[in-house]
Parts: sequence; C-alpha cells; structure tokens
Amino acid sequence: MQAPLDPVDLAKLSLKDAVLDVVEFRGETTIVVDPQRIVEVCQFFRDTEGLEYIFLSDITAVDYFPREPRFALCYHLYSMVYTRRLRIKVYLPGDNPRLPSVTSVWKSADWEEREAYDMMGIVFEGHPSLRRILMPSDWEGHPQRKDYPLGYEQVQFSFNFDEVNRLKPYAKE
Amino acid sequence: MTERPLLERSGHSANITEWEGTVQELRGLVSPRAFTGETMLLNMGPQHPSTHGVLRLLLELDGETVVSCVPDIGYLHTGIEKNMEAKTYEQAITMTDRMDYLNPMGNNLVYCLAIEKLAELDVPERAQIVRVLLAELTRINSHLVWLGTHCLDLGAMSVFLYAMREREMVLDIFEMVSGQRMMSTYFRPGGLWRDVPPEFIPAVKAFIDYFPAKVEEYETLLVNNPLWIDRTQGIGVITPEDAIAYGCTGPTLRGSGVNWDIRKAMPYMGYETYQFDVPLGEHGDVYDRFYIRMQEMKESVRIIRQAVERLEKTGGPFRSQNRKYVPPPRSELGRSMEAVIHHFKLWTEGFSLPEGEVYVSIESPRGELSCYLSSDGGNRPHRVHFRTPSFVHTMGAIPKMAEGSMIADLVAIIGSVDIVLGDCDR
Repeated sequence: MQAPLDPVDLAKLSLKDAVLDVVEFRGETTIVVDPQRIVEVCQFFRDTEGLEYIFLSDITAVDYFPREPRFALCYHLYSMVYTRRLRIKVYLPGDNPRLPSVTSVWKSADWEEREAYDMMGIVFEGHPSLRRILMPSDWEGHPQRKDYPLGYEQVQFSFNFDEVNRLKPYAKE
Repeated sequence: MTERPLLERSGHSANITEWEGTVQELRGLVSPRAFTGETMLLNMGPQHPSTHGVLRLLLELDGETVVSCVPDIGYLHTGIEKNMEAKTYEQAITMTDRMDYLNPMGNNLVYCLAIEKLAELDVPERAQIVRVLLAELTRINSHLVWLGTHCLDLGAMSVFLYAMREREMVLDIFEMVSGQRMMSTYFRPGGLWRDVPPEFIPAVKAFIDYFPAKVEEYETLLVNNPLWIDRTQGIGVITPEDAIAYGCTGPTLRGSGVNWDIRKAMPYMGYETYQFDVPLGEHGDVYDRFYIRMQEMKESVRIIRQAVERLEKTGGPFRSQNRKYVPPPRSELGRSMEAVIHHFKLWTEGFSLPEGEVYVSIESPRGELSCYLSSDGGNRPHRVHFRTPSFVHTMGAIPKMAEGSMIADLVAIIGSVDIVLGDCDR
C-alpha cells in the first residue's frame, strides 16, 4: 500500500490554478476549487494513489444570501484506505448557478445533486435525470433558499373565520 | 414491434398516468421495451405495507422479473432542515428526533457533536459514557423493529411479537431517563439534559442479562430455518465495489464484506476505548445483512456491559460547566447574579456559535449519519444538512439490488436495507 500523501500539497502541484483556496478549520480541510473544473478535480482525488477518496459521502448546497458569490457546494469525501476526510468546496454566482455534474465519477452523486437542484436550484450539466426529488414535480421555487419564506397557515377561529376563509386557495370558477 | 403512445395503450395506462413527469423523462429511466408494451410498468406504494413507510417504486416488469426500479420519495418531506434554520441551536434539537424515529438518540448525538465541534465545547466523561450506552440501546431498539418488520414481510409472524416485547424494555429505559419513549431529546450540547436516575443502572443491567438469550431465541427461529434461507440467501446481491460506488454504509456495506464502521474508523465519544467487533458478511445478500444485524445486537450488548461498568465508577458532572453554552442549574440561580444572567441569556436568545462549518459522522443503526453545520456567527444555524443513510440506500442500493430480482423478493430487499422514510425525506 502506498503511503498516504498530503491532499493539499498534491492538489496544488497537479491541479495548479484549479485550486483557489485552502481552509483549515476545526481539524477539517476544505479545498476551494474552480466550479467549471470540478469533474477533473474529483477524478484526481478519487484516482490518485496515496489519496484514493473513493467514497462520496454527501453533497451539501449552502446559500450565503445576500453575499456574492451566493451559493456554495460542499463535496464531502472519504478515503476508506487511509480513513480520512476531505471537503471540496465550490462557490457559484446567485444568478443562474450551474456547474458540471460529477455523476460520472461517483454514482452516489446522482441523488445528492438532485437534492441540491430541488432545494437550491443549482443546475448540474450532464446529469442523467435532473428532476425534483423531495418536492412535488410541479412545485415552484426552491425551498431551501434563504429568500424563500418558511410559510405558515393562519389559524381559523370563530372571530376571524370569514377573513381567513377569504384568503384560502379555493378552486376558482 | 411498433411504439404506441403510452397513455392510449389499454391495460397499462392506469400505471402510466401516475407518472407525474414527462414521457421524455421516463424514457431515460426505464428500458425502451416499456414503450413497445413488451414489459409492464407497475406502481408499488406509497401505501404498500412492505415499503416501511411511504416509499413509492415504479417497477418495470418482464413477467415476474424486475427490469428496472425507479424510487420516488418525498412523501414524508417535512422541511426539517429549513425549519431548523428558524430555531435557535438548542430548540432545533427537537427537530432531529423526528427524522429517524427509530434512532432518536443517534440523531440528537450527531447534531450535538456538530455543535460541540464548532463551539469547541467539552463533554464530561460521565456524559460520554451515558451517550455511548444509550446510542447502543437505540441500535438494539432499531434493529429489533427492523427484525420484526423484516420477518413480518417474509411471513414469519411470531418474531415480530418477540422483538416488540424486548423493544418495550428498551423504551422503558428511554422513558426513565428522558420522560419520552421515542422522541427523547435527551442529549444536549455539552452533555445530557439531566443525570440518569438511580434506577437506570439496575434496569440496564436487567436488560443486558435478559437480552442475549433472546437474540439466541430469534436465531433458533431464523438462522438455520430452511424457509428463511430460501427467501434470503443469494437474493439482492450487491458487490463491494458497487456498494461503495452507490454510497452504501452500515450493515448494507458490511454485508458485502467491506470493513467500514465509523465507530472504528473515525471514533467519537470514546468508542476507541471499548472492546467490540465489527461483524462482516461475505456474499452481500439479504441473509448476510440479516446475520450482521443479529451479531451487531450482541456486540451492542458487549459495549453496554462495558459502559455500565464504567458508569458505576464514574461520577462528576453530566454536562459541561461552560456557562456560555450550558445553562446553570436551578440551585445556582438563588445565589449568583452571574448565573441569573446566563440563565436569562441562554433561555431567551440562546448561544451563538463562531462562524465556520463542520461535518461530523456517526454510525447509526442504518449506516453513516452525518451532520453538516454551518454558522454565520448568529444564534441560529445558518445551514444544517443531514446525510442520512436511508436517503442514499433508497435511491441507490434498492434499485441496484432490485435489478434482475423477482418481484416477490423485492420486499426482502427493501427490508434488508432497513430504511426509515422519515430519515430518507427529512
């Protein structure tokens, strides 16, 4: 077995300008990369001997509204061989966020990307079937976005019955 | 054979109309034979009793063989992640219980671990021991429900009754410590809600003395039962390479022989100091996954036994003394002005966490349960995301295992993966 290699040094050496930033926080390493080169980056981390991040644990989409770049995607990877973890992060603009899909690298990216699309509206180019996954297919908007209201229904009592009734979305003729 | 419009074709049209998406979308999911009428599309669920909740599967069948399986989830989506963003850190713990309702303590644990990591909050040793003990009891609780329902799916009725009988003892212990049988909310950032009551240790001891014999009893009913073996061996096979590629974890991954347990690989809460083995399968079929879970219950009893021994010897606080995160006990309020200020601050606006993001994982009964927590420096989570094992298994493992299996084996496959739809949809 090859000795474990440092993912940060190796990434800076091999991927050069695709690596934008490296953050160390609470013992976790985050490598910020160029979103358009995400497939190449993921392939590099999966296949390079000494790294072998073969397991994609999760893709989390984060909304930093009103900051710009607004969206971020965190790819949480495991190296089962060396039992360690890495986070790859990309930042995306608030207007039309899109980046290539990594389903060709990890099969499990399929539904994680669908969830990110459903909840945040991030479009993954080249995804085999980018549909809504948790929300109904005719749902409007992306609920996990910060500018999407949490929503509630006003409780109907006898004193405000008519007022609340008027606001209810009954079928129109 | 010529291709006919799907909706016009008689016989199968009722199934197709249930597909909400476009026909174009369906084309990528099922084989072209479905469009010529060679294979049949059948809707299974969401109210099917063997889908363990509200899972809907769109099956493409060639006779009785499953050609492809398209899972459709979201029927139990409650927006927990979104709701948590509107609550303070401490209030949001109650939401985590409701995700995986068979593993409430584990969900509390992963969320509390994330807060503790972000806040660099210490957890006293006594709290760590109780957490490990209860996490393992929860594993037994979850595995018992899985065993009962899995057997019920395959026609072994009596195991369900036995499993529920033993589960009742575990739930009584949960009620003893937290006042709740299921939605316990017992783990809090920095430790526990309160110390365990004096009757806790005797109750746990009584359970671990009683329970191993019961696992043996289940095993005599199932392990060598020819009917059980016929229904489970060689069914729903997944290779180790596929299991990793499809993101399987927990018993589903270990059933294929991959030695990966977060408790061993990346220990938390002092799991590295406990003696236990990780049972591994060989064939990756339904039987191996069943057998692993049976062994895991025994290993959990082993861990609990060690934890009880330690708990008897370990006194001290059950919660961190860091008053910036943990409210002071009632007794301090009458004496200390500072305690009153902390009490007021923590119960009105809550605590704030430093800006940053963390990711922690635990081994839940179903597999790897992870929590991503991002903070913007305020008193509410900026973003919480749970990587739940049921979500990954439902979307990846079940369709993969179902391909080429018989439709009657599908309930065995769903049962063996042990999904909880609350965990899946969140």
